Amino acid sequence: MNWNAIAAIYRFEMARTFRTLVQSVISPVLSTSLYFIVFGAAIGSRIDQVEGVSYGAFIVPGLIMLTVLTQSTSNASFGIYFPKFIGTVYELLSAPISFFEIVIGYVGAAATKAFMIGIIILITAHFFVDLTIAHPVWMMLFLILTCISFALLGFIIGIWAGNFEQLQLVPMLVITPLVFLGGSFYSISMLPPVWQTITLFNPVVYLISGFRWAFFGQADVALGWSIAAIILFMSACLITIGWIFRSGYKLRA
Amino acid sequence: MTTILSVSGVTKTYEGGHQALKGVNLDIDEGEILALLGPNGAGKTTLISIICGIATATSGTITVAGFDHARDYRAARNLIGLVPQEINLEPFETVMNSVRFSRGLFGKPRDDARIEEILKLLSLHDKKDDRIMTLSGGMKRRVLIAKALCHDPKILFLDEPTAGVDVELRKDMWEIVAQLKKTGVTVILTTHYIEEAEAMADRIGVISNGEILLVEEKDALIKRLGQKELLIELDTPVDTVPEALSGYPLTVSDAGGLIYSYDAQAGSTGITGLLSDLREAGLHLADLSTRQSSLEDIFVDLVKEDAA
Repeated sequence: MNWNAIAAIYRFEMARTFRTLVQSVISPVLSTSLYFIVFGAAIGSRIDQVEGVSYGAFIVPGLIMLTVLTQSTSNASFGIYFPKFIGTVYELLSAPISFFEIVIGYVGAAATKAFMIGIIILITAHFFVDLTIAHPVWMMLFLILTCISFALLGFIIGIWAGNFEQLQLVPMLVITPLVFLGGSFYSISMLPPVWQTITLFNPVVYLISGFRWAFFGQADVALGWSIAAIILFMSACLITIGWIFRSGYKLRA
Repeated sequence: MTTILSVSGVTKTYEGGHQALKGVNLDIDEGEILALLGPNGAGKTTLISIICGIATATSGTITVAGFDHARDYRAARNLIGLVPQEINLEPFETVMNSVRFSRGLFGKPRDDARIEEILKLLSLHDKKDDRIMTLSGGMKRRVLIAKALCHDPKILFLDEPTAGVDVELRKDMWEIVAQLKKTGVTVILTTHYIEEAEAMADRIGVISNGEILLVEEKDALIKRLGQKELLIELDTPVDTVPEALSGYPLTVSDAGGLIYSYDAQAGSTGITGLLSDLREAGLHLADLSTRQSSLEDIFVDLVKEDAA
């Protein structure tokens, strides 16, 4: 393993995060606080408890997931797209480094940043609602796995994207709707029966459900399904990335 | 001399069907400077990209100090540094960070003292904490060289190192290459400036249409292929080549003199015969001089022949 190379990529990417601290960290925190104010305090105060949990607390896992999914995807996609865009990708391709090491570097940094933001939002949430976490270890595990999985997806998008518009396309048109419709702000049981079934085809439902279970000990779908879904999703991303590097897709002429 | 890089039967056909390389064979000796000379689209950058791992060859093998560049890619790439043609740099990074990143990618532990040494060699040291976006074009090119040298490669590829660079910086670049040669680094540079190949290289390879037309010692190449010209100035200028001299390959110069082209390496140059025939034709000489063809003439001839 070329550990120095992994560390170089990781440090370089993390340096970008700290250089753009306002954009990277403060803006997601601000937007999440706004969600709490609007959904939690203003609207939430008129909503009864959901499954025994106050509405303000109920939306916390969904809000964290919303930000973490978007952040890990966009960080990783930008991380690998930018060198392609400015041409510095030649360095990665000509260095004695395997595809696996490149992925660890970029995905690791993107996942770390998303994880940090997730934790910051969790801390921010404490200022707005009373929160006790039923299964903290599971909560951490779900958070980490989600960060890594969606950073892998972001990496694929970054390789695939031919311009900045395409880079924004998947996060905007696919991920955000899936998260909003995946039960971030409601329990699936609140939906009409037909929509409850349709919703089960949304992979994000399983993530949010599992994550919410870690918080409150109750879930929309069985925990096993949530774990299976995240492992399945991560495997699909890894297989795709493996294929990208073997074939040189959009990387090596 | 030991061969440090060996390219054997390398072909490259792009998806669209364009054949960029048609079976390239090339052996590079350790410590030499080889200039790869060729017109735009000849396949210079494609060849370098394949050797460095940026593009894949359709067929053929490449070994770097005995390591197969595909199978033992880590060992092979460790020995190579690449300065690309385009100025590809992260604009917001500082010079130092950017070079550190490159060193790390090549698996080397952080060593700022070594990086500073390289920056000094390239007259970049006082810019080490500057952001790359604030540097001039010439300075950026030096940063690219620093990035390529920071893992102490044995072979350095310079792809069109002085394209779009002013005269002064070009001379500096030649100086840098000469210094690198002293440290034992093998340098392979591509260029379409013949002057550059002439000034820097030990050997010259000419590539055109995806084929290496020849690789020779620079001096031998000029000598072997060098046509000479005898410039004959006449007392009374002429408009056309006199009838009596039509058997000679003569042309009329702008000043109304005659130009005689001959092969300096040939057994008989035909000069003695020409001079006596000139006298018989009643032409009086004012002056005589000879001109050796430059590498540029040789190059143009070779590429023309190849295209024909």
